[in-house]
Amino acid sequence: MTRYTRRNALAALGAGAATAALPALAQTKAGEPLQIGFVYVSPIGDAGWTFQHDTARKAMEKALSGKVVTKYIENVPEGADAERVIRELASSGNTLIFTTSFGYMNPTIKVAQAFPKHKFEHATGYKTSKNVGIYNARFYEGRYLAGMVAGKMSKSGVAGYVAAFPIPEVVMGINAFTRGMRVTNPKAEVKVVWVNSWFDPGKETEATNTLVSQGADVVTHHTDSPATMQAAEAKKIHAIAYHSDMSKYGPNAQLTAVTHHWTDYYTRVAQSVLDGKWAPDNVWGGLKEGMIKLAPFNKVVPADVQETVNRAEAEIKAGKLHPFTGPMKDNAGKERLAAGKTISDGDLQKMDYYVEGVVGKLPSSK
Amino acid sequence: MDTAVQLVLLTLAAGTPLVYAALGELVAEKTGVLNLGVEGMMLVGAVVAFIVAARTGAPWLGAIAGIAAGAALALVFAVVTLTLQANQVASGLALSLFGVGLSAFVGLDYVSVVIEPIKPLHVPVLADLPFVGALLFTWNPLVYLSLALFAAVQWFLFHTRAGLVVRAVGESPESAHAIGYPVVRIRYFAVVFGGACAGLGGAYLSLVYNPSWAEGITAGRGWIALALVVFATWKPSRVVAGAYLFGGVTLAQFQAQALGVEIPSQYLAMLPYLATIVVLALISRDVVSIRLNAPAALGRPFHPDA
Amino acid sequence: MHLRLEARTEPSRLARWLSPLVATFAVLVIGFVLFAAMGKDPWFALYTFFIDPVDTRYDVGELLLKASPLMLCAVGLAAGYRANVWNIGAEGQLVLGAVAGGGVALAFHDSTSPLVLPLMLVAGVAGGMLWAAIPALLRTRFNANEILVSLMLVYVASLVLSLLVHGAWRDPEGFNFPQSKLFSDSALLPNLIPETRLNVGFLIALVVVGVAWLFMRRSLTGYQMRVAGLAPAAANYAGVSAARTVWLGMLIGGACAGLAGVGEVAGPIGQLMPVVSPGYGFAAIIVAFVGRLHPVGIVFASLLMSLLYLGGEAAQMKLALPSSVTGLFQGTLLLFLLAADVFIHYRLRVVRRPAPVAHGA
Repeated sequence: MTRYTRRNALAALGAGAATAALPALAQTKAGEPLQIGFVYVSPIGDAGWTFQHDTARKAMEKALSGKVVTKYIENVPEGADAERVIRELASSGNTLIFTTSFGYMNPTIKVAQAFPKHKFEHATGYKTSKNVGIYNARFYEGRYLAGMVAGKMSKSGVAGYVAAFPIPEVVMGINAFTRGMRVTNPKAEVKVVWVNSWFDPGKETEATNTLVSQGADVVTHHTDSPATMQAAEAKKIHAIAYHSDMSKYGPNAQLTAVTHHWTDYYTRVAQSVLDGKWAPDNVWGGLKEGMIKLAPFNKVVPADVQETVNRAEAEIKAGKLHPFTGPMKDNAGKERLAAGKTISDGDLQKMDYYVEGVVGKLPSSK
Repeated sequence: MDTAVQLVLLTLAAGTPLVYAALGELVAEKTGVLNLGVEGMMLVGAVVAFIVAARTGAPWLGAIAGIAAGAALALVFAVVTLTLQANQVASGLALSLFGVGLSAFVGLDYVSVVIEPIKPLHVPVLADLPFVGALLFTWNPLVYLSLALFAAVQWFLFHTRAGLVVRAVGESPESAHAIGYPVVRIRYFAVVFGGACAGLGGAYLSLVYNPSWAEGITAGRGWIALALVVFATWKPSRVVAGAYLFGGVTLAQFQAQALGVEIPSQYLAMLPYLATIVVLALISRDVVSIRLNAPAALGRPFHPDA
Repeated sequence: MHLRLEARTEPSRLARWLSPLVATFAVLVIGFVLFAAMGKDPWFALYTFFIDPVDTRYDVGELLLKASPLMLCAVGLAAGYRANVWNIGAEGQLVLGAVAGGGVALAFHDSTSPLVLPLMLVAGVAGGMLWAAIPALLRTRFNANEILVSLMLVYVASLVLSLLVHGAWRDPEGFNFPQSKLFSDSALLPNLIPETRLNVGFLIALVVVGVAWLFMRRSLTGYQMRVAGLAPAAANYAGVSAARTVWLGMLIGGACAGLAGVGEVAGPIGQLMPVVSPGYGFAAIIVAFVGRLHPVGIVFASLLMSLLYLGGEAAQMKLALPSSVTGLFQGTLLLFLLAADVFIHYRLRVVRRPAPVAHGA
């Protein structure tokens, strides 16, 4: 983080008016550290989506110590405000900007047009331009492995899934989890509750308790708080965390966690900008790239289960196994992939149906 | 049978923070003061309770601190609206804004802390009875306490002389003043009591329901509590019923989802809000009953000189 | 000897102007101490909060852009509040305005007709009014309290929007992400000042404020509404229909909020998203009262509120303060502003004997 001493604060006062009017001039000069801005959708907190990005920001700053300076703005609503915040970051000299939520896509593209010499990296979107790259992680790979663990550990064969909003990324995770679970328990079922919020610990708790009352003995979540983990711990059942390792909140409950890791990516991008070699890219990394990892297994997970999962992980890393390989039916019985076929990234990115094993119907599926 | 018991217990647990906050607000409103700062007071109660619990390792001490913090914030509101005569609606909203910011700010260093929560009771012998044991004797102490609070508020408002005075102040502060009651002082007490209850409601969230602290942990429950007071037409028993109805409908829609009901979740999520509106419209048709219960001077400032 | 408040025989004109200045000064002092306590240079911090956000043309554009929806919502709410109609659901009415206006934009996505935009604005107003009509109807027909109904409908409105952007109105080319198509140019409000995002919506907001002022001051209906607020019994005696007052109060609020909503989606957002407002409808309630329910006051109050949002962002960026400081600071300033108005109607007096009636502090 930038720390303003009185002296450079006064300097900034004087310089502020001049540079703000001429954003294009605010370019990194040789020898000066690269200024990097981050835009976060929620407060950083202690676990969850933004926390993982911020952890990576700090790690990157450390790895490139002296060569980069970072700034962040948290809790920026997706909507009219995002564009201003991104622009302010750009005009105050941050020549590399990471915008870390889907809703920042169009604002990022707009600001990038106004600052053609700046570099922008947008997470989880699909629009690129000559100075906007995009990046995302194959969360579903981790979900698949988590499902395998759940299938082995569940006695009832029913898993509960607390989900925020029915967007493809979340649906993909549910499906991957279910397919993984059915590998180790072909009769397994996954029940889903949508809480219509990324962060509402109360509702996440209520949803988890509901799922438990309907027979789920392993739960997981695609929401931002550790509430599902805590509720599982209180109910003495098992859970698989998402985004961050939450074993602190559920020392007995957490079997493992599907965790996000952006440090290497951020460091690499910053380095390539420093080297003058940056070019917009579309990065979708997974287990192989280290963007997704499984947290250490709970000691209650038997060695043979750990071994099965580790083997699958190695196969995914080696490109020999893809969670969405046919035959694959949706849960209405329609064939979605023929035997031996693997889903394309394009189809995966807009997935809007449940696979066999998920209970219920997606509101948006046709 | 087990599932039914489970559902009752879950509903009680979900409704409890609303019971606390709404009962407190009800008492304040009975004296004619409308404090829209419940969300802020709950959050400050939640964060202070959590910090004290984390520091001392004693969650009960945390709960007491949460009560004090909610009361302190309510005192700010009281000074601004009762002494300085500022508009209650706007001041309450500003208080919420302030409380949201303050709680997030003082809680920054505590977001990653894990505490020992207040544990549910397991009443000896009774809890092991078939059916009723689990149903009645395994609650969290704060859930029992919320019902005790309800009984106390009910008794106080309708069976004591002081309660009569409180209601008189809300009905016509001018007449109460003319008879010689200290209107402003009574309103002060009621507002601070409301803040204390909201603080405890917040503490329930951070010490029992989701034993942790994160910005905005109440997620709008303060607003729901406010709505429940109106919904209850200022009757304590209806506040409690409303809180459980709201919690219950939320849980019911989750149950429906988990069963795989093929209705978009957004429709189901609307149910608690729509149910509240419909029930309110039905009970409000009885104009006379509302007039009897609604504090006539609600939201109206009073100054002894005016 | 102690201090006590004594009612003035008539409101002080001087205090009317002075009280906001006193409040602002007090908050600046508090801010100074607060920032110094946090180890920040207080002068630079205050500069960052209050001057930095408006020191360029772009920044001023942003200030006015963000003030527009606040101004619109607040002026509509004030009309109702003056008549004792407690609409606190402007946020929901704003969302419905965005939905209705956005719906028109999507329906005529391929049209380049200059009529698309006016039609959107009309639809936005209608959407907000429709949403406000529900509490009005339930209040007049079933006596249901409008505070509760309008507040509950805020949650329902956001779910309606969610349903649409996750389903029927989702951009078919958008990888099933919850966003509508970007509106075509004919559905966007024209820009007002080059190199800013300020659009015609700001002028519309000013016109609405002017009309609201004329309506409340010069029209018989406006007069009747104010009387209904000040003295319901007298109004009733004079034949002013209570139901009509409720309907007018709610519908004016809904219309203005709906216009603000369509202004956001046809302006800086340019499409429908799951969230179209960071709480303008609620912030506008404070704006309405800080502006003393007067259109001119509301214009100033909305600018102040907008400045506080922008200042909070600047403070994060330049001072590394957490976003929560914004709320803390906003809340303090607003409480002070509201409290300082006491001196309009009361004066502080030193009393030598104990006052006959104790009143708290």
